[in-house]
Amino acid sequence: MKAYRTVKTALRALRRNPMRAMLTTLGIVIGIGSVIAMMEIGSGSSQSLQRAIASMGANVLMIMPGSTASSGVSQGAGSVASLTPQDCQALAEGCPSLRAAAPVVRARTQIVYGSRNWAPNQMYGTTPAFLEIRSWTLASGQPFTDRDVLTANRVCILGQTTAQELFQGEEAVGKEIRVNNVPLLVVALLARKGANMVGMDQDDILIAPWTVVKYRIAGSTLSNANQSSSGGSSSGASNLLSKPFPSDPPDLYPARSDVQTRNSPQLVRFSSIDSILAAAQSVAHVKPAMEEMRTVLRRRHNLREDKGDDFDMRDMTEMTNTFSSTTRVMTNLLLCVALISLVVGGVGIMNIMLVSVTERTREIGLRMAVGARKRDILRQFLFEAVTLCLVGGAMGIALGHGGSLLVQQFLRWPVETSPTAIVASVLVSAGVGIAFGFYPAWKASRLDPIEALRYE
Amino acid sequence: MNFIELHNICKTYTMGDIQVPVLKGVSASIAAGECVALVGASGSGKTTLMNILGCLDHPTEGEYWLDGEEVSQFSPDRRALVRNHKLGFVFQNFNLLARTSALENVAMPLSYTSENLSDRQARRRAREMLCRVGLADRLEHEPSQLSGGQQQRVAIARALINRPPVLFADEPTGNLDSHTSAEILQMFRQLNREDGITVILVTHDADVARWADRRIRIHDGLIVEGEAATSGPGGPNEGGRP
Repeated sequence: MKAYRTVKTALRALRRNPMRAMLTTLGIVIGIGSVIAMMEIGSGSSQSLQRAIASMGANVLMIMPGSTASSGVSQGAGSVASLTPQDCQALAEGCPSLRAAAPVVRARTQIVYGSRNWAPNQMYGTTPAFLEIRSWTLASGQPFTDRDVLTANRVCILGQTTAQELFQGEEAVGKEIRVNNVPLLVVALLARKGANMVGMDQDDILIAPWTVVKYRIAGSTLSNANQSSSGGSSSGASNLLSKPFPSDPPDLYPARSDVQTRNSPQLVRFSSIDSILAAAQSVAHVKPAMEEMRTVLRRRHNLREDKGDDFDMRDMTEMTNTFSSTTRVMTNLLLCVALISLVVGGVGIMNIMLVSVTERTREIGLRMAVGARKRDILRQFLFEAVTLCLVGGAMGIALGHGGSLLVQQFLRWPVETSPTAIVASVLVSAGVGIAFGFYPAWKASRLDPIEALRYE
Repeated sequence: MNFIELHNICKTYTMGDIQVPVLKGVSASIAAGECVALVGASGSGKTTLMNILGCLDHPTEGEYWLDGEEVSQFSPDRRALVRNHKLGFVFQNFNLLARTSALENVAMPLSYTSENLSDRQARRRAREMLCRVGLADRLEHEPSQLSGGQQQRVAIARALINRPPVLFADEPTGNLDSHTSAEILQMFRQLNREDGITVILVTHDADVARWADRRIRIHDGLIVEGEAATSGPGGPNEGGRP
């Protein structure tokens, strides 16, 4: 008996009693429908949860300079000046798993406005990418630009707490404050972020271009830093700070050729930065991003195979773990619900198929009398059960998808279509059909044609 | 050798510990193209013999030669093949598939043949068969829309769809009135005469048996009378010939 004929026979048998076929398959429809709806709504929630956690900084990576020791006395983390702004640029360009990278230069000093003064907890010199990495929005104003960084423009962005302390509720944007006697124009105000996980006030902050913090505020003058950097940087050509001002004094040393640069790289980078802040594309990209960053930095720092890293990397392991365990619990929960509903649906199918076999005993006897073999009967009833389940599954997918779209439309819940769930539902409903349809079909095939023909 | 040869067929059913012999050594032969009536009171073993002849059951002992093959020890699947190719069945209660058109009912056995007929061919052949039994205008009717005689004719068309050499009819007129019965029996005769199909009628009704060329009477598991008879039915014959 050919397969398509079996399918046709099964369909014909189901069509003979469409109402019952519908009711039989209702269990599967509801089961698959709820699975699809829950998968879609669940993965939508999981996505928004992921975004929420990511905005807390779960995909943020920190690169700190390594430690040094003199005479056996370790100087602690960050005691080597091994990171440069060029490292940061290379990371942003050379690591596909990274969304952005920003250099960070820290300072701690007094800021003054009028008769008030304050020392913000955090004073960061960085690039505009910093705001993107921290997913930090502005309450008002416009952020400073890359050009401001390049030209060391005297601008800054204030956090809510800092602004409150200095301005007492007055409008801060457009005012000029003094930081270490350097006047800075406040161009923007950050949105409130509150305390971080260890209770530190994140709004007590001042952000300025890193060139400003490093060269204007933190003491060193631009000209002498520049003097050394032109000779010290191994990639002088890409050094954004080589010629910030046309009035620079001429170089004291003759320019080195490429060969000289490669043969004896300068180990000290004078325009060093305190750390690099980077953001991976997503939480899942954190691990590959760290590998890529390690490769890029080791190459840039000319580290041999046997030498250890001269930098440290940190990720937000705690948050990442929270995230992955949340996802895991959610997935397992959905899986349990799916399994239970499908088993219930499958039992319904088996029940009705058994009734159907009993009811159609004479038909089975007749089919056997005209030449159907056991396996033909088995196949016919198995196909009926699988067809029921597949039709039910298809209706369930439509129902579930429609349901989740309604939820999205009216309740404004985030919903995400999951092709995996749809494929899995089709496979699972076929599997349920085979698993629960087999026993009735086997029972049908075991009937004795003589008894079956005489059955009343 | 005749088309159908039975040699000392025995059938014993085991009910718990008790052995119930139903057929106690039946030997008979039926030539191709014969029209035979298998007669006997209920409980005589007539139905059991019919089941064995129809390859639905296998005998406990004895040989059954059908068209040159010893089929008594065939596996169930091979018996199904024999039924499909060589035998046609007509039942007392018609056994048509409910809520299925006459055409589809007739075409049903074609699903189980090894011939690869397309759907169009299958439907054409089913239509031919229905025309032959005089139901050309009832192709799409369902059994519930047909009279008893029409239903039985659909059943006959179904039995003939695979062009079997043998047609078994188990009490074919049991559920029909006398007029329709005569029509159906007339059709059997016609098939027997014109197409050379061997017809085996199983009945307890002497009037029906009279339509056959020859009657085989069974009593208590043994054949008691196997001669050609056009006269009325003989009385029950105790003892008999083994």
